[in-house]
Formats: sequence, structure tokens, C-alpha cells
Amino acid sequence: MKRRVPLLICLFSGLFFGIQFFVPHHQVRQVYSNGLRWLIVVAAFTIIMAVGSLIVHHLRRVHRRTKGWGYSLVTLGTLLGMVAAGAATGIRPGSLFNKLFLNVQAPMQATMFGILAFYIASASYRAFRARSKEATLLLLAAIFLMLSAVSFIGYYFPRITTLSEWLLMVPNMAAQRGILFGVYLGTLATSIKIILGIERGWMGGGR
Amino acid sequence: MNILKMLKRTILYLIFLLASPASLSWAQAPNPLANSWFNPGLTNAFVGACLLFLLVELSVWRAKSGKPMFIRRIAGLSAVEEAVGRATEMGRPVLFLTGMNDLSDIATISAVNILAQVARKTAEYDTPLLVPNRDPVVYTVTQEVVKQAYTEAGRPDAYNPNNIYFITSNQMGYAAALDGIMMREKPATNFFMGYYYAEALIIAETGSITGAIQIAGTDAVMQLPFFITTCDYTLMGEELYAASAYLSRDPILVGTLKAQDWCKVIITFLLLAGSAWALIIRNDWFLSLFSVG
Repeated sequence: MKRRVPLLICLFSGLFFGIQFFVPHHQVRQVYSNGLRWLIVVAAFTIIMAVGSLIVHHLRRVHRRTKGWGYSLVTLGTLLGMVAAGAATGIRPGSLFNKLFLNVQAPMQATMFGILAFYIASASYRAFRARSKEATLLLLAAIFLMLSAVSFIGYYFPRITTLSEWLLMVPNMAAQRGILFGVYLGTLATSIKIILGIERGWMGGGR
Repeated sequence: MNILKMLKRTILYLIFLLASPASLSWAQAPNPLANSWFNPGLTNAFVGACLLFLLVELSVWRAKSGKPMFIRRIAGLSAVEEAVGRATEMGRPVLFLTGMNDLSDIATISAVNILAQVARKTAEYDTPLLVPNRDPVVYTVTQEVVKQAYTEAGRPDAYNPNNIYFITSNQMGYAAALDGIMMREKPATNFFMGYYYAEALIIAETGSITGAIQIAGTDAVMQLPFFITTCDYTLMGEELYAASAYLSRDPILVGTLKAQDWCKVIITFLLLAGSAWALIIRNDWFLSLFSVG
């Protein structure tokens, strides 16, 4: 019973959401949009559970003084601080919450994003070491693509730009489309398997 | 005079607009199919979906008949056992990520399916499994999946709910937290399954710095090069969806992979036929068979 009920819900909702794609009738559209609203309600409840788990997880770390518990204290402090700032001053422009968001959180996000540039450099170094035939081809392709991105190279050596465009639009696109065909077929097949109850990993596995 | 007329019309229009936003509906064309039970513009998509459905059913029927099915070796999945074993030997945890998207993405569902298999192995080896989540719905599902996997492996006592937790929905905040977890907890094995965006390289490169065995699986074509560069094994595209069948070796699940293979054969044939048609007959009739709307 514990397994059968979720499987039946999955079967009926999966079949309905699959079939509704082909049915433009206004009544079916209405049921579909109601279903999406239910999804929002379910998601709202899971946010409460998720934030609860975050608080419990970090409280335990602080309580047990596990390695790096100070970070957990900072997490809990900032979580409560932002909630208090939002409750006290609102979230409109000019409020304390908004100032904290724009002057603390946004720059921190930008910093994390900025790290990406350095990581790309180190990852490129590893990828472009010509240790094999394939890596050498990758290195050559990368050289042409990087050169074509330089404005004066494109002006003086237009063939490099043409070659790099060909590399992107022909071999690269062909490989991408090959992967995407597999992805779309896999998506459809996995959906069918889940709807029919063949794939039960999402319930913890088992048959 | 004309300018005055235009001004008057504009003012009237604005009053009309402000008085009743619903009046905008006159601008929208009525849906001619609102009372129809089938969209004829999607007939080809419907036929294609039915074909795949039938092929999956056929493959399940063949698998049930007991006919052995071949599945090619996928290095990244063959290494799962070894990767979990390594973490056990080193006395360090296993880190498992389910990607950045919610459960409406099939890549996330596939990641959850793989998590169930990995959780069984960590339960058998008694190795801690860390699952930090980005999406609240995925968090609740992963918690149940890991709990169920530990129970089915006969080790419900080893399940630690504190190891499956929610971090934040913020993309870079999540990446920063993962970097911190990898640097502090030093997991011996990292699994990056599901869909990823710009943070893919940030987390995979940090994992690489810590010296962990890394197995990634994604259908995000743009992020594949980053994972290939920084991870020991990468599951590309559909390999992610095949992982659950590969790891469980369930004959029915393995059998369904055959349906995908047959569809690929059909698509390849159609691509060749379409190319030949376009080159020889030189019209768009063949292409029009696949347009939807």
C-alpha cells in the first residue's frame, strides 16, 4: 500500500500531463493550470521543511562544536538577521533588507562568479596539454577559436575567422546534436518508465 | 489636426487600458482549438511518442521473457563501486549532488535514481553520504530516497538524516557552500549528477583540488567540457538516464534501453533519408513532416 499509492498517483498524473500536451480543449487547460497551482502549494510547504533542515543542521554543528562550526554560526546569524531586517523594514528599495541584499549578498555572488575566470584558466591549462592525439586536436581548435576572438586577427587573417566558424558550426554542432538526440530520447524513455512504474529509483529503489 | 486626433486616441486608449486590464483580451486572437480534443498540428509528435511508448512496452515484454540483454560498459558507472570503496578505505564521506534544477527536470529525477543506488552501496559499506540540496522539493525527495535505500540495504540504523540537508536556492551561494564542504569535510568521492549551469566548473575544480575521485553526469551540453576536464569520469547526456539500469542490472530496466537504441536507429534512418530527399528531390516536403504547431 505504501508503494502502490504513490505509483498510482504517478501513473494517473503522468498520463494526464503527457496527454494534455496534445489536447487544446479549454477544460483540460483549466485542469492543467490548476495542477500547476497545486505544485506551487506543495513547493511552499517544502520550503518550510527545507529551511527547518538548514537550521537544525547548523544548530547541531554548533552544539557539537564540529570542525568549522563558526561558519554554521555565521549562517544562522545571517539567516536570522535577514529575516529580522525584512520583517522590521520591509523589502522595498531603501529598506535595510534591500541594502543588505544589494551591498552584501550581490557583491558576494559576483565574487563567486568572478572566481570562474581563474578556474577556466586552470582547467584550460589541464585540457590543452598535448598529451594525446585528441588533446592536440583540442589544443589546435582552441588556438584558432581564441585567435578569431581577437579583433585585429579577424581583420588581417579572415581565413582564421572562417575556420573557427566552421569548427563551431560543423563538427561542434554535429557532436552537440548527436548528444541532444540521445538526451531527448532518454528524457522521453525515462518519463515513460517512471509513469509506468518500471523505474522506481525515486522511491528508494526496489520492485 | 492629425496630431490632436492621435493624442486624443492615445488618451482614450490609456483610459480604456487603465479602467479595465481585462479589456486587453480584444488584442488576443481567440484560440480556434479551445473546444477541440486534439491538436492536429501535433499529430507527428503524437505518433512519435506512441512509437516510443510501444517500443518501451515491447522491450519490457522481451525482458520479461528472460532473453539476456547486452549493455555496453560505461566506465563512469563501473567506477561507482570502486569510488565508494575508496571512500570507505580512507574513512571519508561520499558527496552526492543532484544538480541545480527542480524535479520537473528529468536529469534531476535520473540523479535521484542514481542516488538510490549509491545510497545502497554506502549503506552496505557503512560510509557517510552527504547530500546537500539546492531545491526544497528535491531535498524532501532525496531524504526519503536515501532513508528507503538504507532500509532496503538492511542498515536503517546507519541512516543519518543530518547528512541530507538544504543549503540555499541561490546559485552562487550554493556553489560557495559546496566549495566550503569539499574543503572542510574532504569527501573522498564526489558525484555531480543532474543539470548544471555556470557553477559547474567552480564546484568540480574545487573537488579536483581536494583530490577526490569525481564522477559527473549531466545532459547540460555547455557544461560537459568542464566536467570532462575536471572529473575522472563523465556520463554524457543519455548515459545519465541509463545509469539507474546499469547500476541495478534490473533486466526490465536494461531492456528499456533497447527501445531507445531502436529509436536512435529510426532517427538515423530518417536523417539519412531527409538528407537524400533534400539533395535529390530538392523540396521541403520531407522536412514539413516534422514541423509542429
